[in-house]
Amino acid sequence: MAGELTHPRQFFLERFGLTEAALERVLGGVTRADDADLFFEFQGVDSVSLEEGLVKRAVKSVRQGVGVRVLAGDRTGYAHTDEISLERLEVSARAAGYIADRGPATAPVHIPAPGRSHDLYALSTPPTDITLTDKVALLNRIDVEGRRYDSRITNVLASITCEERLVLIMRADGRIVGDVRPLLHAGVTCIAEAGGVRQQGYYGGGGRVPFSFLLDGDLALSYVREAARQAILNLDATPAPAGTMTVVLGPGWPGILLHEAIGHGLEGDFNRKRVSAFTDRIGTQVASPLCTVVDDGTIPSRRGSINVDDEGTPTARTVLIERGILRGYLQDRLNASLMGMPPTGNGRRESFAHAPMPRMTNTFMLAGDADPAEIIRSVDRGLYAVSFSGGQVDITSGKFVFSASEAYLIEGGHVTRPVKGATLIGNGPDVLTRISSVGHDLALDAGIGTCGKEGQSVPVGVGLPTIRIDGLTVGGTAVAS
Amino acid sequence: MTLEDLVSHALRAAVAAGARAADAVAVESDGSGVSVRLGEIEKVSEARERRIGLRAFVDQSSAVLSTADLSPHSVERLAVDAVACAKVTAPDPAAGLPAADEVCAAPPDLGLYDASIEQLSTATRIDLAKRAEAAALAADPAISNSEGAEFSSGAARVAYGSTLGFLGAYEGSSFSLHVVPVASRDGGMQRDYWYTAARRFDGLEPAQSVGETAARRTLRRLGGRKVPTCRVPIVFDPEAAATLVRHLAAAVSGSAIYRGTSFLRDKLGEAVASPNLSVHDDGTMPGALGSKPFDGEGLLTRKTVVVDRGVLRSYLLDCYSARKLGLASTGNAARSIGEAPSVAPTNLFVLPGSHTPEEIVASVPRGLYVTELIGFGINPVTGDYSRGAAGLWIEGGELAHPVEEVTIAGNLLEMYGAIDMLGNDLTFRGSISAPTLRIAAMTVAGA
Repeated sequence: MAGELTHPRQFFLERFGLTEAALERVLGGVTRADDADLFFEFQGVDSVSLEEGLVKRAVKSVRQGVGVRVLAGDRTGYAHTDEISLERLEVSARAAGYIADRGPATAPVHIPAPGRSHDLYALSTPPTDITLTDKVALLNRIDVEGRRYDSRITNVLASITCEERLVLIMRADGRIVGDVRPLLHAGVTCIAEAGGVRQQGYYGGGGRVPFSFLLDGDLALSYVREAARQAILNLDATPAPAGTMTVVLGPGWPGILLHEAIGHGLEGDFNRKRVSAFTDRIGTQVASPLCTVVDDGTIPSRRGSINVDDEGTPTARTVLIERGILRGYLQDRLNASLMGMPPTGNGRRESFAHAPMPRMTNTFMLAGDADPAEIIRSVDRGLYAVSFSGGQVDITSGKFVFSASEAYLIEGGHVTRPVKGATLIGNGPDVLTRISSVGHDLALDAGIGTCGKEGQSVPVGVGLPTIRIDGLTVGGTAVAS
Repeated sequence: MTLEDLVSHALRAAVAAGARAADAVAVESDGSGVSVRLGEIEKVSEARERRIGLRAFVDQSSAVLSTADLSPHSVERLAVDAVACAKVTAPDPAAGLPAADEVCAAPPDLGLYDASIEQLSTATRIDLAKRAEAAALAADPAISNSEGAEFSSGAARVAYGSTLGFLGAYEGSSFSLHVVPVASRDGGMQRDYWYTAARRFDGLEPAQSVGETAARRTLRRLGGRKVPTCRVPIVFDPEAAATLVRHLAAAVSGSAIYRGTSFLRDKLGEAVASPNLSVHDDGTMPGALGSKPFDGEGLLTRKTVVVDRGVLRSYLLDCYSARKLGLASTGNAARSIGEAPSVAPTNLFVLPGSHTPEEIVASVPRGLYVTELIGFGINPVTGDYSRGAAGLWIEGGELAHPVEEVTIAGNLLEMYGAIDMLGNDLTFRGSISAPTLRIAAMTVAGA
């Protein structure tokens, strides 16, 4: 399978009996448009899951299709079909071309020449080439490891999902770009039970990596131990405090703060439409001078990385905030051209069934120079949160939330007892101005992030060093006396 | 090939490849959407998809394979692969198709398809979106911007068959209109939304009123602020109340029960909510968004009393979770093409109470009227609940000022138990519905 999938252009043309000349005619047939592109996609996925000590679930799927996009000014026509044939393409192009006939374009499209392309995740053996038998064997080892970790672990739910996605983008300007994107993900939930109390813990990881990634140093077994540890810890967790207090976030996955608090608000579409709380804020201070935040789609093997975005623009490292000053937005081609800015390689889509829009890749804060232990010692009373279950933002009001799955009280400069179920809520343009310490321990997450926007999900990464935030609302149940 | 032919072909191929039993589902859908923003067309989209999923059983093991490549050869290869993959999984005594006598004989026609969708022009759809947005923009000068309005419509045909001999198909349509105005005042900006959705075109609310409601909801958020941390009564508007029903649906799902991942495990027959609360699931309501004639395993959908006056009377079950729990399926198997059946509600709703929403607000001396909840702060195992909230502060029984950047927290089991007033304003705006309701006390975290 791997051999036939390595050359997206040849793969799509041969598999569906198409020629470049015919496709150029489809694109050329869209008159009065400013721009148009075709997005071909072929995706193979396999996934196996275990629960109650049994690998009960095995699924495999093949998705394929093509999306035709026509742009005229700020108008988009989009048609997709999972029947890849010249006939359907012509029908789709006529449907998408509807908008080009609705009067003249309102803005010129100037797209700078794309930059350097990358090769971030070429694999000699993609994870989809490994047999299900090998994946099942690893799930069984995960189960044994989880139950061995502690007798209070009553159930282990684990899954391994492997994906290989081929994309081919053909643009009206003649550019043809292909990409082969492997993706591996393993996730483990442990249920712990003691004295009538039940709790759960979750951990996982992956990336654009071979299956052996999970086997090296028994990495997958460390996932289940981590999930089990968190479940056991939460058995003894007490209600979280409620109210505004100092919050210390641990390194890595708590970077979800950046994703929710500022990342979405800096996406080009929201700023072009002037509906983001960050509209017109470029060049102004939106964070403490200790903060530099980047979005980087070019880190090899990361879950959030891509060689080119879903419009054929090579990905890049984009500085969003530099020493507290807002520097840039995340752009796709449409919003970049309408705003007179360069595209940043952030035009992404869930699949051929969706038009692209500006999305994050790997979003993280650069390391500072504080000692993480010292940051905790500096807090008299506060919350130390090290793991989160997810977050959401209202980009217009700027209000964001993210929910802790592992958190502790800090009392007198010491981490004391675990607390449960706290959602943190804040205001995006304000929260980073309250950061008073940035640790030297930047870490990226283990490779589990998925971002949802307007019904489209894409894999992303986040990262953070230990940081101290002076005043964030903690949504527990325990009202301080 | 028709969808039914495709399903039959896949089932024959599975048996030929060595499957003991098999079932297959095929879906064909066509959808279209138009969005307008500030009076101009922003996006027009058309979608067409056709896929098949096949579940094959070898002894007590199974696997599900799916593809969008519908050539006969591809479907035959799918069957061979499905049998091979099934052999990799563990034998599971609870696995299998329903018992033959559980499968429905004659699926009813529930009026889920509106043929007028075939005549609905792009111009009409654009016009409705434009009128909804224009009504919002005209409502008040503070409505200064818009994320646009969208009209979507689609039709899907579903065919399901199994080696038990069942083969059925049904068709459904859906229409929706959605608008998101943006209001600003004194440097603060807010957005909210309103929508209407129905299986029949003439079941939609008028575009004008959708826009006006969206504007009203957006305007009342302007000037929102935090309130001090406190413990007070919380009133949920019907949209916010429906999210509590969604959490209940997850907790009464048979899958979560047998896995031990629900805070309602072992609670059948016990009081899990206030005596005010009754919750029904009904997949047979004619023309409703969550209705279907048979479920993802070929069983008739039905009406299930989930909670009766506070007592948990039934879980929602598919065949697998029912067998695991020694119960019978409630016809709540949902089926996505590429997965085994899973449990999902059909039309799940709280029976209305006797109070007007105004009476409920008037009953609160100091408290919060919640109109929006964000975030994922729910632990399904413990029921612990903590979500970001926005709404209006209630002072002396009257809506006083907008509130934002606060959380509300509690535990779902305690929250359901503390529902002490229910509104008479139940409407079926989606598949999960609730009237206005009041919870006696929750923690509000703010300043």
